[in-house]
Amino acid sequence: MLDNNQLLRFTTAGSVDDGKSTLIGRLLYDSKSIFEDQLQAIENTSKKKGHEGVDLALFTDGLKDEREQGITIDVAYRYFTTPKRKFIIADTPGHIQYTRNMVTGASTANAAIILVDARHGVIEQTKRHSFIASLLQIPHIIVCINKMDLVEFKEEKYNEIIAQFEEFSSKLLVKDIRFIPISALLGDNVVNRSKNMEWYQGAPLLHTLETMHISSDINKVDARFPVQTVLRPQSESHRDYRGYAGRVASGIFRKGDEVTILPSGFSSKIKSIDTLNEEKEQAYAPMSVSITLQDDIDISRGDMIVKSNNKPEVSQDVDVMICWLNDQPAKPRAKYFIRHTSNEQKAMIKEIVYKIDINSFNRDTDDKSLNMNDIGRIKIRTTKPLMIDAYRQNRTTGSIILIDETTNETVAAGMII
Amino acid sequence: MSKYYLNYLDELESEAIFILREVWAQFQNPVILFSGGKDSILVTHLAKKAFYPSKIPFPLMHVDTGHNFPETIQFRDDIIEELGVKLIVGSVQESINEGRVAEEKGKNATRNALQITTLLDAIESNKIDCAIGGGRRDEEKARAKERFFSHRDDFGQWDPKNQRPELWNIFNGRHFEGEHFRAFPISNWTEMDVWNYIKRENIAIPSLYYAHEREVVWRQDSWIPNSEFLVLEDHEEIVTKKIRFRTLGDITITGGIESDADTLEKIAEEVSGMRQTERGNRSDDKRSESAMEDRKRQGYF
Repeated sequence: MLDNNQLLRFTTAGSVDDGKSTLIGRLLYDSKSIFEDQLQAIENTSKKKGHEGVDLALFTDGLKDEREQGITIDVAYRYFTTPKRKFIIADTPGHIQYTRNMVTGASTANAAIILVDARHGVIEQTKRHSFIASLLQIPHIIVCINKMDLVEFKEEKYNEIIAQFEEFSSKLLVKDIRFIPISALLGDNVVNRSKNMEWYQGAPLLHTLETMHISSDINKVDARFPVQTVLRPQSESHRDYRGYAGRVASGIFRKGDEVTILPSGFSSKIKSIDTLNEEKEQAYAPMSVSITLQDDIDISRGDMIVKSNNKPEVSQDVDVMICWLNDQPAKPRAKYFIRHTSNEQKAMIKEIVYKIDINSFNRDTDDKSLNMNDIGRIKIRTTKPLMIDAYRQNRTTGSIILIDETTNETVAAGMII
Repeated sequence: MSKYYLNYLDELESEAIFILREVWAQFQNPVILFSGGKDSILVTHLAKKAFYPSKIPFPLMHVDTGHNFPETIQFRDDIIEELGVKLIVGSVQESINEGRVAEEKGKNATRNALQITTLLDAIESNKIDCAIGGGRRDEEKARAKERFFSHRDDFGQWDPKNQRPELWNIFNGRHFEGEHFRAFPISNWTEMDVWNYIKRENIAIPSLYYAHEREVVWRQDSWIPNSEFLVLEDHEEIVTKKIRFRTLGDITITGGIESDADTLEKIAEEVSGMRQTERGNRSDDKRSESAMEDRKRQGYF
């Protein structure tokens, strides 16, 4: 592996029959990420079930309940590496009741793979997956038109589905959409170029994943450093050391930079940027470092260090697009904990503005009940200010979760508007 | 222009440091579960980085089955001294003596399952609210669905269907009295990532991982080391082989592989060519298809 190999996280959403498990199995198998004992186990199970050959889909089988019911319940993470990149797949189930899993998988992804069955074209689920990918601002979307072998590898079919997709996706906010005709079952255009579809000029899926430009997926402009904890060793060698530990959320910090601490508003300059291995001249996202300042200022967890010439909004009123994750519905006027970066405050849902029908993308202002898997826009008031950016500008400082104060459960995920 | 992105190992390191700092900030009394295996050594190394120039601000905890490789215990004691942190030991032998658990009987008896009780007792008696482990999602299918912050009820049990969703990098460690969490900072690392990182950082690991001559017996498709606990079957015989261990567990159940890899470079190279999963040599996972899931539900590591 070369030293500059990057990590790419992608999510795959799909329903039971669209070949998602087969595609993941194919990627892992053709990239030689399946071990012999795992393959042996799959071969045995395939035989037991009376399948012809090896059923690659079995590789992604998970928990006992899931195997028994033949469904996926939760997000499963899979890993594979090629000579060019390391990949993390967030494998999410696609049934309607699992919107929350799709949102979870999408929250950290650089790319989303959306599977379309070439025989059926764009269906409600395709729209829902695409909507969630756009809502969560996944920078790259790859639409894989699968089962091309069942439509005789016809280019017309492929073009027809692209047209269907583009018709509705114009309403979505996605920067980069690509289309690839594949057969996960036979391996066409997954790892290896298809001999059955020479009309397709683009790259196979794996090559696309290996080469797409992801360095600019993170915001490099707005320097934000949420403080996780304060390091005070009080040891012989570091008697007066006071370091602010955290991970750069976005942007770049350099030694000597003029910074402001929020919410207090005090200013100082960066004295040093420390790690165990070395003192650094600069830190950029997503580096974990310890920052020391030239002045003695009272800073604690939940505060944010930002560059003085580029500040986030400091506010107690937050408008968010929210996905409800809990079987207890959202309660207007009820109190929750809101967690935003390392900052936690008490908060109240002031108003549910509207709910979104995730099949038609229409806003519903009559039925405003937010139940599990619902998505809607709400207004939140917090007891103390948060230092926020719009989610569209910054996925780290633009996201929040709500926690139920009676159960401690994470009940909602929100994107700041 | 200089590059403004991290390579994959730096990104994994940064993520793990972030998780470790979150644990420290969100819990009162965390510990690192230290087995002496490479994954817990890695987590300890990352904790050193996370809190530098401070010392690691919490203890290491070892669940001692009594069936250890002597090398593991020596390594543990050395690392404790070097770091200057406290060590908590939960002893399976004591749990047996106190009648909390009963020793398994028969040829394939191990103390593997007994550890669960000792672990949960140690967590309770030391009022630990977060046990940091070296579990990785690539190890086993039940682990593929594990969270970074994994919630356990007041019986220490894992309910895979009742885990908190984890979005972005926001981790919810809020808990009630008596409940605890497990945290897995290296969830996203694969075995290969671990070796590449150990090699890059030149992290000290027990000599057992390097190829060495050892007395072993062929059992269940791997080389089981000779020890005072080993009971030979009639047809079995002790031989001396050059072997190394790919994972470390109890001396009674950890199988070695024949190998000449005696440097980190050679180990990394050997691992990259491996066609069997690393837990394939662990007889504790071979008991049934859901062996790991069943143990995890009860409160296993």
